[in-house]
Amino acid sequence: MDKVLSVSGLKKYYEVKRSAFSYKKEIVRAVDGVDLSLERGQTLGIVGESGSGKSTLVRCIMLLEKPDVGDIVFSGVNFTKTNDNQLKRLRKDIQIIFQDPYSSLNPRLRIYDAIAEPVLFHNIAHDGDDARQRVTEILGSVGISEDFFQKYPHEMSGGQRQRVAIGRALATNPLLIVADEPVSSLDVSIQAQIINLFMDIKERTKISMLFISHDLNVVRFVSDEIMVMYKGRVVEQGKTDNIFYQPMHPYTQMLIDSIKGGFSSRAGDDNHAPTGCAYYPRCERRTSVCAEIAPELKDYDSGHMVACHAVHG
Amino acid sequence: MHRVKIIKEIFMDEHTITINNLCTSITVDIGIVKAVENVSFSIKKGEVFGLVGESGCGKTMTALSIMGLVPSPGRIVSGEIIFEGRDITRLNEKEMQDIRGNKIGMIFQEPMTALNPVLRIGEQIAETIKIHNNAGNMEIKDRVLRLLKQVGFDEPEKKFAQYPHQLSGGQRQRILIAIAISCNPLLLIADEPTTALDIATESQILSLLNGLIVEYGMSMLFITHNLHIIRKLAQNIGIMYAGRLIEKNNVEDFFSEPLHPYSRGLVDSIVGLSGKEKRLKTIPGFVPRLSEMPEGCKFHPRCNKVMPQCMINEPPMFTIGNEKWIKCFLYQG
Repeated sequence: MDKVLSVSGLKKYYEVKRSAFSYKKEIVRAVDGVDLSLERGQTLGIVGESGSGKSTLVRCIMLLEKPDVGDIVFSGVNFTKTNDNQLKRLRKDIQIIFQDPYSSLNPRLRIYDAIAEPVLFHNIAHDGDDARQRVTEILGSVGISEDFFQKYPHEMSGGQRQRVAIGRALATNPLLIVADEPVSSLDVSIQAQIINLFMDIKERTKISMLFISHDLNVVRFVSDEIMVMYKGRVVEQGKTDNIFYQPMHPYTQMLIDSIKGGFSSRAGDDNHAPTGCAYYPRCERRTSVCAEIAPELKDYDSGHMVACHAVHG
Repeated sequence: MHRVKIIKEIFMDEHTITINNLCTSITVDIGIVKAVENVSFSIKKGEVFGLVGESGCGKTMTALSIMGLVPSPGRIVSGEIIFEGRDITRLNEKEMQDIRGNKIGMIFQEPMTALNPVLRIGEQIAETIKIHNNAGNMEIKDRVLRLLKQVGFDEPEKKFAQYPHQLSGGQRQRILIAIAISCNPLLLIADEPTTALDIATESQILSLLNGLIVEYGMSMLFITHNLHIIRKLAQNIGIMYAGRLIEKNNVEDFFSEPLHPYSRGLVDSIVGLSGKEKRLKTIPGFVPRLSEMPEGCKFHPRCNKVMPQCMINEPPMFTIGNEKWIKCFLYQG
């Protein structure tokens, strides 16, 4: 299979002031050395709580944010070393769907125009008729009927708007779609419809997907592989079933327990030594070595990677 | 009208709160929007009642009606809310203030906006205690520190002097819980208390609430759209759709066999509750706007078991077994 995306050693740090009046700056390691690779047609789910760096990671991959260190190779081209013109052309092949369909669509564009815009911009259609056919086809495939073509986003419900946003992402025939929490702002009965739409796209096309969510149940449903992030680092990665049935990292285990109906009570105090494992303060299996050395992501069992001293012994 | 109904003693012992045929409407330009329509349920002492529904179904309006906080131009049109033997919809503002925050506590959804940004944490908790109790400053401070400890802060003295912006979302939510339980309420209303939080923090908050309920023997009205939480926390569940309470059931029976077609659809469409099929079952269509309600049963345009009478008449309440009922013609006779 072809490799669509490969990211290596990606880092993005931010400097923040502790308060508005202090001179001291602190460094927030939003993404701290992440590697990933994605093959054609594959879906990788990225899970983590807020502040785990999952959104920064995808923003870096899209080059909406410039990474400090690291390479992003997308369909054979090193993204970080391209100029703006090349980048514009590459953007056709990589599309993003945002969490909030209320703010990600232009309120002044009719639905038809919202989809036609990328089609015309990237010269996918040769003329007006061609464009019209293409837009009809795309909106049909995401379940939006022709009645809606001349409507504005505010006339539609959240679920319908998210369908339009998905259509807009599909409009350019991309190789990769990045979906950043695409269902978390939707109602329960609508979530299922959108998740099914993602499953349809997966089956019908060969598009690869990065699917970000804090909801493990949703990620499990759509992903082939799952990556669990904590404080900018990958703590565990592997096939979906492995992550669900044999979670190895204490953080993953806690996440899985909590969706299975357990209560976790360990409150985290977030100050930790910058050298050790980021999960140290909340970990139930911590030892003295964890406070000193940050564990590396190592292979545990054929492709199932874990970053934990307790697991690797 | 300050007429206060006295309900029999027996009734008081059993139920913390009883809501009968509550209707709350909002007057807008285009007419009257019925946000809550004929909602009835009661919560026993020590019981957690989960009120579930999608956005705009009227669950928050139900909570605000109980608290006497329905925002203008909305108002309670009819129905009664019986709390401690009195119908609290008939109380005046002064009398309601004695109950609100004292006998009934409420936790709001947004911990970021529910706290006053310019007051220290300690003062905000103390405020409620000061209003409802005749206590000296030292005694109040003692109680605040004890509350902070109870909601899981190891250094209550330090938190006492901090401002809301110095705390994370989960910590703020714990402060709100401390405020809500500061006067030992009989009823705690939690309106989506974990929606703004991530899963690990959510788990901590839920276990804290669960512990408090057991410890204080309070009743809780838990409002959420998340069925996973209800399954963990509640004993009874009420499903709301388009301003109506359409099913009341106990949690165990609900998850093994939801009665209303909408409930069935909800349970089936939730990832992790349904089986391991390749596709999720979905409910077609979308929730109607409150201003564009269909005739008859409000769910009939989306229902897969729709019958001719569903389109004309609104189904009344059909009782099934012990404290279970449903508003659906499928269960008629």
